[in-house]
Amino acid sequence: MTTSYLFAGFGGQGILFAGKLLAYKGLTDGKNVSWLPSYGPEMRGGTANCSVIISDDDIGAPIVLEPDVLIVMNNPSLDRYENDVVPGGTIYVDSSLIGRKVNRTDVNVCYIPATALASEKGLDGLANMIIMGKLLSDEDQLGGESLEKALKKCISARHADLLKSNYDAMMLGSQQ
Amino acid sequence: MADKVLMKGNEAIAEAAIMAGCRHYFGYPITPQTEIAAYMAKRMPKIGGTFLQAESEIAAINMVYGASAAGVRAMTSSSSPGISLKSEGISYIAGSDLPAVIVNAQRGGPGLGGIQPSQSDYFQATRGGGHGDYHMIVLTPASVQEMAELTIHAFDLADEYRMPVMILADGTIGQMMEPVSFDFDIKPAPEKPWATVGTGMKRPHNVVNSLYLNPAELEQNNFDRFKRYEIIAEKETMYEEFMTDDADIVLAAFGIAARVSRNAVLAARKEGIKAGLIRPITVWPFPKAPFAKAADHCSSIISVELSMGQMIEDVKLACECRVPVTLCNRVGGMIPTPNQILDAIRAAAKGGK
Repeated sequence: MTTSYLFAGFGGQGILFAGKLLAYKGLTDGKNVSWLPSYGPEMRGGTANCSVIISDDDIGAPIVLEPDVLIVMNNPSLDRYENDVVPGGTIYVDSSLIGRKVNRTDVNVCYIPATALASEKGLDGLANMIIMGKLLSDEDQLGGESLEKALKKCISARHADLLKSNYDAMMLGSQQ
Repeated sequence: MADKVLMKGNEAIAEAAIMAGCRHYFGYPITPQTEIAAYMAKRMPKIGGTFLQAESEIAAINMVYGASAAGVRAMTSSSSPGISLKSEGISYIAGSDLPAVIVNAQRGGPGLGGIQPSQSDYFQATRGGGHGDYHMIVLTPASVQEMAELTIHAFDLADEYRMPVMILADGTIGQMMEPVSFDFDIKPAPEKPWATVGTGMKRPHNVVNSLYLNPAELEQNNFDRFKRYEIIAEKETMYEEFMTDDADIVLAAFGIAARVSRNAVLAARKEGIKAGLIRPITVWPFPKAPFAKAADHCSSIISVELSMGQMIEDVKLACECRVPVTLCNRVGGMIPTPNQILDAIRAAAKGGK
């Protein structure tokens, strides 16, 4: 089985980080994984995206053109990628930043006011993790050792104090 | 370190180089390979190595020249425009019969071009970039694991044959993260009795030089070097075949193009088209044998490239034009999609072009 994910939003929203967490979790679960970021000036505030593939088989192209799961955290990303999602796929929308609804009727859509929730609960900057919490709980992947391990891999020891808030954000997301 | 870690391709190159005993890295920043320099800057001071950000690419390659002459494992890395600047130095290194490892994480060109991935430096890498009759061994990784493996291999080859070895990667393979294992057996570097490390008053001076004013001597020097190249072509050619045994349509692709081609081969097989893939891992020396063999049974070959068609010339030479060879490509930083390649396979299967 192969699942492809596309994360997209503004630079600074933790788009690449969220993808990296998912990839590390896949690796910890013994899967083949690839993570490919957009690179260049994007990381300084433009649009950022990353392709993540988790598979039981060898991974060919690391570029995700037709995602099974799309995670969008700004309007331009929804406009750009909505039509690429495979029929039956899922779109996660940060509804506090994206005003419109998804036009597609052949995909599952999950609206989470992640950015608003984050500031309300004192978890500023962790909207990405709120969405990740929802995504992982939908996929029945939340909790368990591999997520904890993956999170520790993604957050350097220097920032170990942030482990709890990242975890809290995911728990909050899972309840949405 | 049996555990696999997630790492960018560029970082895997840097870590592997350190494992291979490289303690001298000279570079100059350029997207999309700057992670190599950043990794070296972080690690080298901690392990007694040298990281030096030179004032230019030209300076960096000449520092490699000097360090290599002194017998140490030295490396530089850059991306396309920077490799052009290094090409003079690479020719001098080749002419002086010195080992060196040079990484090119290719981006679109010509000129400053763009920062997105490309394979349009194939001619430059395989035909020489610098002046004079010389070759580099050119390795083309297609995964982060291979970025590490081939870097270690590059240092061994460079020392064994006393010549520059290039790792011809691209922006995608450099930037992507995949699990990588660094569980390698590292061979010790060979003795280098030719190194200019001081005579200790016990032997004549070693001289490192590429200047031969006597044409007969220079001719012999070229002949000798090309004899070595023949041995390399015989012993060091690397490639991988994927579903080629019964293939009717054979793709030729390396690096990121090979990764995308793999998807297209599987998609074609699902439609009942017998497609296969030959992936050169060395592009100099070029793996002629699998293409000659494929030409015996396939009806056509498609060269999939991120260039206007450079490797296709080697493919045609290798199969001696016994079957039609067509090009499926994108350039300028664009990457062919599996569907684009699948369309090319379908057209070829119908006998079209």
